[in-house]
Amino acid sequence: MITANAVTKRYPEGHEALKNVSFEITAGEMVFLTGHSGAGKSTLFKLLAAIERPTSGSIVINGQNLAALRRNAIPYLRRKLGLIFQDRKLLFDRTVLDNVLLPLSIVGHPVKDAPRRAQAALAKVGLPNRAKAFPITLSGGEQQRLAIARAVVNRPAVILADEPTANLDAASAIEILEIFRAFQQVGVTVVIATHDPLLMARLNPRILRLDQGQMSEQPCPPAADGVAAS
Amino acid sequence: MSTWLVQHLSAMRDALRRLFGAPLNTLLSLLVIGVALTLPTAGWLAIENLRAVAGDNPGVQQISIFLTLDAGRPEVAEIESRLQQAKPGSWRYVAREEALKDLRESAGMSEIIGSLPKNPLPDAFVVTPADVQPESLELLAKTFASWPKVAHVQLDSAWVKRLDALLRLGKLIVVLLAVLFAGALVAITFNTIRLQILAQAAEIEVAKLIGATNSYIQRPLHYFGMLQGALGGLCAALLVSTGSHFLTPPVAELAQLYGGSFTLQGLSSTDIVALTGIGGGLGWLGAKISALIHLRRIS
Repeated sequence: MITANAVTKRYPEGHEALKNVSFEITAGEMVFLTGHSGAGKSTLFKLLAAIERPTSGSIVINGQNLAALRRNAIPYLRRKLGLIFQDRKLLFDRTVLDNVLLPLSIVGHPVKDAPRRAQAALAKVGLPNRAKAFPITLSGGEQQRLAIARAVVNRPAVILADEPTANLDAASAIEILEIFRAFQQVGVTVVIATHDPLLMARLNPRILRLDQGQMSEQPCPPAADGVAAS
Repeated sequence: MSTWLVQHLSAMRDALRRLFGAPLNTLLSLLVIGVALTLPTAGWLAIENLRAVAGDNPGVQQISIFLTLDAGRPEVAEIESRLQQAKPGSWRYVAREEALKDLRESAGMSEIIGSLPKNPLPDAFVVTPADVQPESLELLAKTFASWPKVAHVQLDSAWVKRLDALLRLGKLIVVLLAVLFAGALVAITFNTIRLQILAQAAEIEVAKLIGATNSYIQRPLHYFGMLQGALGGLCAALLVSTGSHFLTPPVAELAQLYGGSFTLQGLSSTDIVALTGIGGGLGWLGAKISALIHLRRIS
């Protein structure tokens, strides 16, 4: 599903954020991308979402090489990805429902059917009754769930999430994680960039660790004290 | 329904919502655009009406042939037969007695006429030429002047020429005004769209991040510019029509005082449609340029 081959990202000022990174993620897998802040997680997220291009190497998602993607093909690639941003990027001047309707409007989904589809996405993330609310009235966990609903409303094959549990309490973080797992169980490939050890301990997932721009694979994290791997 | 149609409809709805979402802003913009389009439109209308006056009033394009005072019946018949051969259009013979009678009937003239020892007026022909081109009028006048016993040929061609030149100058001024104000309309729309893009920077950024194409983002802006321009055009049509409505009675009165009948022609429905279309087109252009320039900064 996702193949990275010798990916290097060097910024104009000379900083090398990713050095010769290679990995492969198969369809339906759930993978955690981890490492200290500044290790290159967010850079890799940006490359996978075609927000930035690698300096060298190739990233292939669903058979499309992002490094060779024409500029006007990028929107169509992004539509196949469910992107969840670290700062969520919700629109605070429109309702929860309108936030979820935006991706449907972008792909030209029939206007009559769109609200039903958006409601279904909100139900999936546990916000079925907040459609008319404004995002500012939601708690941090609810805002994150709204961001997930917006990401999945077009039923993408891949979900990419950048620090989805940052600034959330443990209970909310676990709820968010359960939502991701539910999507993975129906066949969606889920890639989560996080440095939250609690999450990793809970799910026993495949972990790709970044350290100063270099990647190492870590099959299984040690279970944290008192949190049973389920 | 095709996706294309869905997207255009929703872009149009979006533009309408933004237009009516800020009624005061919209009203002010429409007023500015309306006034900008009113000036060249009113100028154009004035020129068209003047041209109608110049073209329709037969008094303007008449040639008067005055015979010498000693010309008698045979000479008049001679001129008459020459006119019949030359076929310049229609003509009317005004005998000197008839001319005197006419003059005596006009106010204040009878006493003066009565004090004259004899009729000072000559026999005359008033020719209404079929061809009213200034050049051919000139030629006709020259021909008439060369005929025997013709004392004087009076042609209003100098006046016609002056009016013609004046109309051409007026037309040029209107064209220049139109270009100037078309530029203003594009600039107004350019700025409105720039402000909208600034206000919606967050929304545009998010939309781009989750897969919106440039067309998706630009479409509502294009529609907005087009609708604003078209409504501004309608606004101008309304202003000009109101103006011509109030001007019609005094103009008719003025024409009557000069012994003519003339009705001021307002905008036709075709003119209104054209004005709306031009406004819409220019608005679209301004929006297109603005979107191209300002959206490049957000990505």
